[in-house]
Amino acid sequence: MTAAPRDPISQENLLDVGGLKVYFPIQSGFLQRTIGSVKAVDGISFEVRRGETLGLVGESGCGKSTTGRAVIRLNRPTAGTVRFDGIDVYALKPNDLRRLRRRMQIIFQDPYSSLDPRMTVNSIISEPIETHNLKKGAAKRERIAELLEIVGLDPRYVNRYPHEFSGGQRQRIGIARALAVEPEFIVCDEPISALDVSIQAQVLNLLTDLRERLGLTYLFIAHDLSVVKHISDRVAVMYLGKLVEIGPPDILYNGPGHPYTRALLSAVPVPDPVTERRRKRVILKGDVPSPVNPPSGCRFHTRCWLYERLGKPENCRTEDPPLRVLQGDHRAACHYAEEALKTDVGVAHVGDRRVRRGTPEAALKFAHRAAAEGLDVPLTEGAAELPPSPAEHDGGPSGEGGPTS
Amino acid sequence: MNPTVDQAPTAEAAVDISLQDHLAIEGHDRDLKRAKAENLLEVRNLSTHFFTPDGVVHAVDDVSFTLGYGETLGLVGESGCGKTVTALSISRLVPDPPGKIVSGEILFEGQDVVTLPSDAMRRLRGKEIGFIFQDPVTSLNPTLTIGYQIAEPIRQHMNLPSRAAKDRVVELLSKVGIPRPKDRYGDYPHQFSGGMRQRVMIAIALSCDPKLLLADEPTTALDVTIQAQILELIQRLSEEFKTAVLLITHDLGIAAGMCDHINVMYAGRIVETGTVDQLYENPRMPYSWGLLDSLPRLDDIRGGRLRTIEGLPPLLINMPDACRFNPRCAYTRDICREKEPELTTREDDHEARCWGTQSDGWIP
Repeated sequence: MTAAPRDPISQENLLDVGGLKVYFPIQSGFLQRTIGSVKAVDGISFEVRRGETLGLVGESGCGKSTTGRAVIRLNRPTAGTVRFDGIDVYALKPNDLRRLRRRMQIIFQDPYSSLDPRMTVNSIISEPIETHNLKKGAAKRERIAELLEIVGLDPRYVNRYPHEFSGGQRQRIGIARALAVEPEFIVCDEPISALDVSIQAQVLNLLTDLRERLGLTYLFIAHDLSVVKHISDRVAVMYLGKLVEIGPPDILYNGPGHPYTRALLSAVPVPDPVTERRRKRVILKGDVPSPVNPPSGCRFHTRCWLYERLGKPENCRTEDPPLRVLQGDHRAACHYAEEALKTDVGVAHVGDRRVRRGTPEAALKFAHRAAAEGLDVPLTEGAAELPPSPAEHDGGPSGEGGPTS
Repeated sequence: MNPTVDQAPTAEAAVDISLQDHLAIEGHDRDLKRAKAENLLEVRNLSTHFFTPDGVVHAVDDVSFTLGYGETLGLVGESGCGKTVTALSISRLVPDPPGKIVSGEILFEGQDVVTLPSDAMRRLRGKEIGFIFQDPVTSLNPTLTIGYQIAEPIRQHMNLPSRAAKDRVVELLSKVGIPRPKDRYGDYPHQFSGGMRQRVMIAIALSCDPKLLLADEPTTALDVTIQAQILELIQRLSEEFKTAVLLITHDLGIAAGMCDHINVMYAGRIVETGTVDQLYENPRMPYSWGLLDSLPRLDDIRGGRLRTIEGLPPLLINMPDACRFNPRCAYTRDICREKEPELTTREDDHEARCWGTQSDGWIP
């Protein structure tokens, strides 16, 4: 695919989220009285700039999917505002909302349950085209064929049903459906979590290519920090309904300011036995507390290693730390972020080895790229004297031309 | 001779002693057996097929490997490559019909599991072989208390009086890190979170002090921080109980951190086997390269495209005599399509199934 050079990320915000809260009522008893609420998202603010990919990570139940659904108005928020390109999403009347929906779409996690088993690929993809009155007849058929080609499926498959496809192919159908209305903004809600490793890479590459080719903006929700690092221009970390840290990946992954981010990083397995042997995990105690009764003060203090290390300072228990700027674009919500920055917890074991092993070509390419960035990378054995390059299998040059930090 | 378990001091000292004795005898037993068989588990030419209306599915095809006492072996591969069926075959839990172990031997301490009568097999399962499955939600019975479910194998296999069994359960619960184990004994599975349920599964698996633990994707359903807790627990307890672990995972990161040896499986075959260091430092099979390359990883420089393995794994029906990976391989030559390569030695214990990376091959 010959991708046009990607538009630089503008400073203009495509999406502005302010003080967003989504509570789900808990009802009980015969009269279904509300006896409490699950504070799934509890006052978060962030922005997504036009053309960027914002990665949203956190563990299950932290509110990341609820956030994703709320920003495109699939959930009603309890409080807060969402502005899309300056338009208040929640103030819209049905007709205007439909017009806006054309500009924002979502790709779901589970490729099995997000496609209607009784609809053919053709009817799945035509549905949004018809709803928005975009194309009819032959033009519509052409458009569907084009969409299937864009996502890497054979257009001859239009009359097949979802069960005839593998998980990765179904996810491609879901992506084609989202692209059918030519959106500007796509919420990708764990789009690759349900797929096998080798298929994950195919779908990730597809999403990257589409972003470049169609100038898309993504809110990329995932629980896998490695995936988010790979694809995002900025990363936001959530814990128990709150945003705890946000920043560019190179800063956030090398020097996270929030102890939770550090604990997460220390827990991510790295496919390198030497790194793994060197790893000192911060094992967080217990489970994530219930979002019905979140802990007072900083929500993470009940499991926080830094809180213990600093001798349990009182303000962690009493004061909810606001998201504050640490440096440039890097913000964290911790009273003692500076203390966290002084430690090497979570980052000590990764980063300095920087060895990528795989095919001889990949190793060499990686070494060249690293050398260009001034890093010292040992080559894999045998990588120095490469065989004549075999037919490139993945359909495009890898590495070069892509966005680097 | 050391007893196999370092007992944490508990209030019930008396029971503790009896337990100690029991375990000490066990340990003695074990030492005798160790002299008999060098490896705890030896799988030789195992083939497990499924007889379906569409044809015979060669889920596991001529798989051989060994697992030493106290060792951790990883079975790595994508879904459908036969790693779970391998584990099910070892425990003789392959659903029959349609599945059947059609050939091969599985020697557990020198004893062939395949031909073992079913009641002898039952004595082995749960006692000598413990299991942890992927999904802690469906693998516990929702209508029975946690305590009852952990005590079940103890009652079955260890012949302990019920009080001693209960004490052992409480001790196990505290070993796997469940707070207030005495209070939690009577709780039901729904009162536990996913991570806690997986801890309960581990307690059940280790309840009779097994020699082999089959862990099938034990952390796939869990969050990273909980995953770290569970992996650390499995590692610590397997060292403490000197249990060998067969770890089945699709996550190369987890395998790198947990295993001594790794078997990479593809389409029912072992395609590469070696120590972790050999496998990650110098993989010798294009499929292993593909797996490693297609992973976004924390220690990587950001951005760019990932290399992918194009296409899909083959259906395991009517496999031709050809390298099973050849349709997806970038290095394929004629010989790959004409004849399937054998697992051949690269260095020391490092073996790969690939024409191209053999010493006379075309891939350096």
